[in-house]
Amino acid sequence: MYKIKKTDLPKLYEAIARTQELYLPVSSAGKTNFAPWTENIQPDIDTLKTVRSPKDVFFPQCENLYTVTREEGKMKITPETLERENFVIFGIRACDVRALAVLDKVFLSDPMDSYYAARREHGVIVSLACGRPDVSCFCGTFGIDCAKPEGDVATWLYGEYLYWQPQTPKGEKLTASLEKLLEEGEETAVEEAKAAIRAICDKLPLKDLSLEKWGAEAAKNNFDSPLWEELYKGCLACGTCTFVCPTCQCYDIKDYNTGNGVQRYRCWDSCMYSDFTMMAHGNNRTSQMQRFRQRFMHKLAYFPANNQGMFSCVGCGRCVDKCPSHLNIVKVIKAFGKEEN
Amino acid sequence: MHECTCNPGFMRDTLIPMVGIITDIREETPDVKTFRVNAPGGGKLFEHMPGQCAMVCAPGVGEAMFSITSSPTNKEYQEFSIKRCGVLTEYLHSMQVGDEIMVRGPYGNHFPVETELKGKNLLFIAGGIAIAPLRSVINYVLDNREDYGEIDILYGSRSMDDLVQRKEIEEVWSKIPGVNVHLTIDREQEGWDGHVGFVPSYLKELAFDTNRTALLCGPPIMIKFCLQGLKEMGFANEQVYTTLELRMKCGVGKCGRCNIGTKYVCKDGPVFRFDEIDELPNEY
Repeated sequence: MYKIKKTDLPKLYEAIARTQELYLPVSSAGKTNFAPWTENIQPDIDTLKTVRSPKDVFFPQCENLYTVTREEGKMKITPETLERENFVIFGIRACDVRALAVLDKVFLSDPMDSYYAARREHGVIVSLACGRPDVSCFCGTFGIDCAKPEGDVATWLYGEYLYWQPQTPKGEKLTASLEKLLEEGEETAVEEAKAAIRAICDKLPLKDLSLEKWGAEAAKNNFDSPLWEELYKGCLACGTCTFVCPTCQCYDIKDYNTGNGVQRYRCWDSCMYSDFTMMAHGNNRTSQMQRFRQRFMHKLAYFPANNQGMFSCVGCGRCVDKCPSHLNIVKVIKAFGKEEN
Repeated sequence: MHECTCNPGFMRDTLIPMVGIITDIREETPDVKTFRVNAPGGGKLFEHMPGQCAMVCAPGVGEAMFSITSSPTNKEYQEFSIKRCGVLTEYLHSMQVGDEIMVRGPYGNHFPVETELKGKNLLFIAGGIAIAPLRSVINYVLDNREDYGEIDILYGSRSMDDLVQRKEIEEVWSKIPGVNVHLTIDREQEGWDGHVGFVPSYLKELAFDTNRTALLCGPPIMIKFCLQGLKEMGFANEQVYTTLELRMKCGVGKCGRCNIGTKYVCKDGPVFRFDEIDELPNEY
């Protein structure tokens, strides 16, 4: 266990950023989001949740896949260079770390997505325990312990210090490179920090959220429920839930004509949008109810059925906070929980 | 977890296509053309199995999944029969022999020609452009004739001008012993002395016994009534195969578009047996 004074954190950021890219929560225009460290930014590791999840560090909102040009009348395809440089993402919360394990199931399964895989390979994750879990948090429902986050290094803000615990060889390596800045930390302090966090977790309003009616079995049981007709009402199809979600991974592939060739890029898409499944010959989900149902059935039933029970939700609560119609996955989980059978 | 991506031998991502050359274009019907595609240096772009699909792309226009209509037994090229019905297909129809396109694949599963279909009598039922995926199986089966039993091909379209691959059907398939071809068109037409009527009603008239496996492809409404007909004849769900078609972008089960229930049509399909389809939510 190591520690560093909170007031010395800028030195730590600078030391990391000297040799590699460092992403961390940064406050800008009143909002905190992950951004690369530069000298004059305002790091903000006190805000519990970044507005957007950190998924775009590994799965960017928009990324080029390849470029098609013409050379002497012949088509030439140039794949985009994959990530080659190591980078550190600092201050990522337990739910968002688990979300990467969910994305891994999608992007690292055969055939592996090499763009994502390269970023995972080169990224070092420094997680941060949640000092004050919030009313919209329910990571515990998915077995996530926000007092002891996963990641290459886990950290805790407690008292005057940031406590630092490497958890993987990648984490050990980063720690060794920062040796001069870190001093020995007390396990007892971290145990106190964990206890304080868990005491808050025990009082959270969503701590007893039950997934009993969900999981692989729900793939058959819940699809035809009349509840969907009630639950989806008010959905504006804005897609905010999918954009702030750390596990939503649906994407679109499009072309951008540069005038000197075509760039083929992918960008986030949303199953909530009416043209998501539209083809020249028709659309298999024509109503918003169907699209709404698809999102939750995928996260809570289909995904667990295909991934040994792992849910495609980590309880970060961003959709709970951001939906303009106050619809969310918690309401869906609860509605089915109330059902008789 | 996975191999290091710094390795120069690292595999090219599946999302990156290959360049293909259009080496032949046949006008099948007023709105269907069959495109022959070769690798730039000649030969095939890849090997595939009957029923598999590939992403065909025109840069700056779009990319979509098409079934590979040629049989894997064809060692020289791949073919795609494409109906003009949207932005990309409109553009593809404007292309000429010698033009370059981009292709990636093959994707998806295939008809179980080496396992469940082997040794069986086969009944192919197709409507309109849906002969495209079945043609791959039919030619595979005909090229391995001794492995399969009696073959019936029931194919219908709106008019005789809309029959795709008519030349091959009449000049090749019809002449092979043990192969019975049953063509039908929706309405009477001058110059047509064959059967007139929709595919499902012709299927009932033909009254096949159930000692065969059916492969059924066509527009959803045709599939619905043909399946009903087959069931009335005593066919079980386990004896009938079809292909599903949904919007796709990645082709490898990641972009989320073609997800129905626990399946991704691009990866787990496009070929499904009807007992598998019964397990899926009704969203296709």
